[in-house]
Amino acid sequence: MSFEQDPDVQKKGFSRRGLLKGIGVTSGVGLLEKGAEAQTTANVQGPGEVPITLNLNGKPVKVAVEPRTTLLDALRDKLDMTGAKRVCDRGTCGACTVIVDGKAMYACTMLAIDAQGRKIRTIESLAAGANPHPMVKAFVNHDAQQCGYCTPGFVMAATNFVERSATASLTEDQVKDGLGGNLCRCGTYMGIRKAVVEAAKEMKGARNA
Amino acid sequence: MPNYSWPPMDQRKVMGKRISRTDGVVKASGRAKYASDLNRPGMLYAALLSCPYAHAKVRSVDTAEASKMPGVKAIRVVSPAGTEIQWAMTEVAVVAAETEAQAKDAVRKIKVDYEVLTDHVVEDVEVAKVGARAKPSGEQVTGDVDAAFKESDVVSEGWYGIPVLTHCCLEPHGQVIEWKGEKMEYWPSTQNVSGLAGDLGRSLQFPAANITVHMDHVGGGFGSKFNSDRWGMECAQLSKESGRPVKWFLDRAHEVVIAGVRPSAYAKIKLGAKKDGTILAWESESWASGGFAPSGMPPIPYVFGNPGSGIPNRRMKHLGVSLNTAPQRAWRAPNHPQASFLTCSALDDLAAKLNMDPLELFLKNLKYTPRPETYEKQFKKAAELAEWKKLWKPRGEQKGAIRRGLGIGINQWAGAGHASTCRVKIHPDSSVEVELGSQDLGVGTRTVIGQVAAETFGLPMSAIKVKIGENAYPSSGASGGSTTVGGVCSSTRKASVNALEKLYAAVAESLGAPADQLEAVDGRIQVKGNAAKAMPWKAACQKLGVNSITAEGENVPKQAAREGLNSAGAAGVQIADVTVDTETGVVKLNRLVAVQDCGLVVNPKLAESQVYGACIMSICGALMEERIMDEITGRVLNADMEFYKLAGIKDIGEIVVHMDIAPEHDKRGVIGLGEPPAVGGVAAIANAVSNAAGVRVPTVPATPDRVLNALARRNA
Repeated sequence: MSFEQDPDVQKKGFSRRGLLKGIGVTSGVGLLEKGAEAQTTANVQGPGEVPITLNLNGKPVKVAVEPRTTLLDALRDKLDMTGAKRVCDRGTCGACTVIVDGKAMYACTMLAIDAQGRKIRTIESLAAGANPHPMVKAFVNHDAQQCGYCTPGFVMAATNFVERSATASLTEDQVKDGLGGNLCRCGTYMGIRKAVVEAAKEMKGARNA
Repeated sequence: MPNYSWPPMDQRKVMGKRISRTDGVVKASGRAKYASDLNRPGMLYAALLSCPYAHAKVRSVDTAEASKMPGVKAIRVVSPAGTEIQWAMTEVAVVAAETEAQAKDAVRKIKVDYEVLTDHVVEDVEVAKVGARAKPSGEQVTGDVDAAFKESDVVSEGWYGIPVLTHCCLEPHGQVIEWKGEKMEYWPSTQNVSGLAGDLGRSLQFPAANITVHMDHVGGGFGSKFNSDRWGMECAQLSKESGRPVKWFLDRAHEVVIAGVRPSAYAKIKLGAKKDGTILAWESESWASGGFAPSGMPPIPYVFGNPGSGIPNRRMKHLGVSLNTAPQRAWRAPNHPQASFLTCSALDDLAAKLNMDPLELFLKNLKYTPRPETYEKQFKKAAELAEWKKLWKPRGEQKGAIRRGLGIGINQWAGAGHASTCRVKIHPDSSVEVELGSQDLGVGTRTVIGQVAAETFGLPMSAIKVKIGENAYPSSGASGGSTTVGGVCSSTRKASVNALEKLYAAVAESLGAPADQLEAVDGRIQVKGNAAKAMPWKAACQKLGVNSITAEGENVPKQAAREGLNSAGAAGVQIADVTVDTETGVVKLNRLVAVQDCGLVVNPKLAESQVYGACIMSICGALMEERIMDEITGRVLNADMEFYKLAGIKDIGEIVVHMDIAPEHDKRGVIGLGEPPAVGGVAAIANAVSNAAGVRVPTVPATPDRVLNALARRNA
C-alpha cells in the first residue's frame, strides 16, 4: 500500500511521497541519475513530435508528442482528457493524479513517452451520469467538493487508495494517511474523509459479493 | 403586487433541506469543463515572459529572434521600452505558438535590456525599516482617550502582525479567446460572468455587446477574479493578430505572485480597562501593505468598534506602506481576518493581564458590538462545543513541554444580495428553465437557484433546468462580498412567482377559480388548500398551447430589505483548541469550533461546506501560509505549492460547525456566508497558541520558529 516501499515508483516516475523518500535516503545526484534512467525509453528521439501508443483506460491510443511532453499535457492538450488538472505542475498538489499500473501517480511528473506499455487509468474511466462510480457518488453525498478543480485528482487518489487497501472498513485516520499527496484550496477535507470511508464499503462490498 | 415573501420556515419542502449539489457528479467525475480545459480547433497556446527584477526600467525588448522560432504565430510586448516596473514578475511580453512548449521556447529567445534599480523594498514587518515608503493615512479619534487610560485600572500593550497571503486559486487566472472580425468568444475563469464583457470591451475599445462570455465552472477565485486583466486583453490581441483562438492561463509561479494577494496588517495596540474587564480605551498604530499601492487600515477595533456603541475612547493612526510587490486583490472578507486577528489578540492579552478568562472578557464587552444577544448566544454555544470550561487553563499555568490551549475569534459581515435579474421560462411540455448570468465559485449556486425555483413551483429539483455562466442570460452581479446567494435566490423567487402568476391566469378558467386563489403544491396547480380542485403541473402547462411563459424577477439591493428576501448582517464566533510543543515549537490543531448565522439558510449541507472550508483556510493562514520575500533580489521565494504551504487533509484536526439556524435569523432573509466564517479562525488559533505557549506569539503563521522565538524572548 505504501508508495515509499515501492521501488517501482521511483524508477519509473515520481510520486510526491516517493520523491520525498528519495531525498531522505539518497544524495541529490542519486536522484538525478534515477531521473535520467527514467528517460531512456527505447525508440524515442526528439526534438520534434514522435508517435507513441498509450494504454489508456483499457484501449490503445495513438498520439504524437514531443519527448519532453508530460503525460498530463498529452492527456489534456492532445487527447482532450481534461479530468486531470494542471495546478502546481511539479508533483505537489495531486490535481493531476492518474493510476498507472495500479498505483496513483502524478501525471505532471511523468513523461508521456515513459508511460508507454503501462496501464493508465484516468478519471474518465470512472462512471458518471445517473449511476456514477461509488467514489464519485460518495463525494457528492458528502459534498466533498466546492470549486471542484482538485476533486478529480482526489477521487482518483482515493479510488486507488481504497482499491489497494486490505479492508472495506477504513477509518478516517487511515484516509488521512492515504490522501496526504493531494491539496485542496477551498477546504473540502471534512467531506472527503467521510466520502472515502463510505465509498470503501461499497467498492469492497461489490467486489466481495 | 404578488407576494414574493419566503414560505414559512416550517412549510418549506425544498429550501432548507440538505440537498446534494446538482452539478456534483459532473465535477467529481472530471467531466466538468473549466475554461482551462477547453481545446478549440486551431487553438494556440500563450506563454509569458516576465521581469525578474523588483524595480527596473525597460530599455529595450527585442523579439526578432523569438518571432522566427518554430510554431510562433504572434508576439505582444506588454511592457515596452521606457516602462518602469515596480514588482518582480510583471508581464513584459507574451508569445502565442502552436504548442505551449514552442511558446515557452520562443519566450527564452526574447531579449530584454533592463536598467536595474536597486532601491526596492519588499518587506514591511518592521515599519522602521521601510523609511519613506510608509505614508500616514490619517488619525481617527473618538472620545477622550488620554483621560480614559488614566481612569483605567489596567493597561495592556502588545504588537501583532499578519503577513501577505496569496489567493493561490487552483485553476490559475486566464482564458481562451477567439476574436473573429466583429465578434469575440471569451471563455474566462472568472467571478464576474455578467460584467466581464464590459470590462474587456472597455480595455480593447471593442463593443461589449459583441463579446460572448461563457463559463460553466471556475476553479477558485476567493476575490481575485473580477476583471479581465492584462492577460485577458493581451490574449484577445494575440487572437486578433494570429486569427486563431488563443489559450493563456498563468503558470503556477505567476499565479502565486501576480494574480492576487491579501494585504498584510501590523499594529501596536494599547488597551485600557477596568478590573472587571470593561474596556475603556483603545489606541493603535497600524501599518499595512497591499503591494505598490499602500493598504488602508483594517476596521479596528473589530466588531467591538461598532459605530455609535463601540469602545467609547479610541485613537487610531495608520501608515500605508508601498512595496515593490504585486498588487492586492480582494481576498475573502477584505481586511476582516486581519482586523479580527489584531483586535482579538489584543483582547486576549488584556484578559491575560487581568488574570481573567478571555471568554468572560469578550462577553463582558459585547455591549460594544452590533449584535450583543446573538454573539452571547453564539459564544455560549461555541464554548459548550469546545468544552471551554473543562479544557481552558489560564495562560502560563501549564508546565510540561506539551501544552494545550484555547482561543477565541469573532466575525461580522454584511452580505446582502447583489443586483440580479433572473428569467424563468415555463414551456408547454412542462419543463422549466431558469437563467441567470451568474457563476458558481463552489458555493453551489446552481443548486440553491434550483431549490428556490422548485420550492416556488411545488416541483422536484429534477424538474428545474438551471442555466448560468453566460452573459447572454439576464445580468447578475459579480460573486464578491458574499452577495451571490442572496441576490440569485431573491431574483429567482421573484421571477418564479411572476411566471406562476401567468400560469395561474392560463388555468384559472379550467379550475373554476380566480387566478389569485390558486397555488402550486406537490406537482399540482390547485385551488388554495383544496387538493380536490387541482390540475397536474403537466396538464396546466399544456394549457399554454404553443406559447411558453417567460417572466423576469429582479433583486434590487435598495428594495431588498423591505421585501424581506435578503438582508445584511451575519455574525459568528470561533474557538480553537491547539497543542503546542514548547520544545520544538510545533503547533497541532486539535479542534476548531465555528458557530455561524447567515439568516435564512437555503441549504444547510452546502452552508456547512462553506464554513468547513473557511475554517480550513483559517488554519492555513494561522499555521502555515505566507508569502516569503527575498529582500536582496526582491522576489517571492515560495512561488510554488511545495513551499507556499497549504494544509493537507491530515493537518486540520477536527472541525465542528454549528449553523445558527433559528426563526429570529430566518426572518431576516438570505444573508451571504462565503466570507464571514473565513474571518475569525486566524484570531482564534493565534490566541489558542498563545494560551498554550504561555506567551504571546505576535505574528502568524505560528510556525515553529515564531513559537520558539516568542518563548525565547520571554525567557531572555
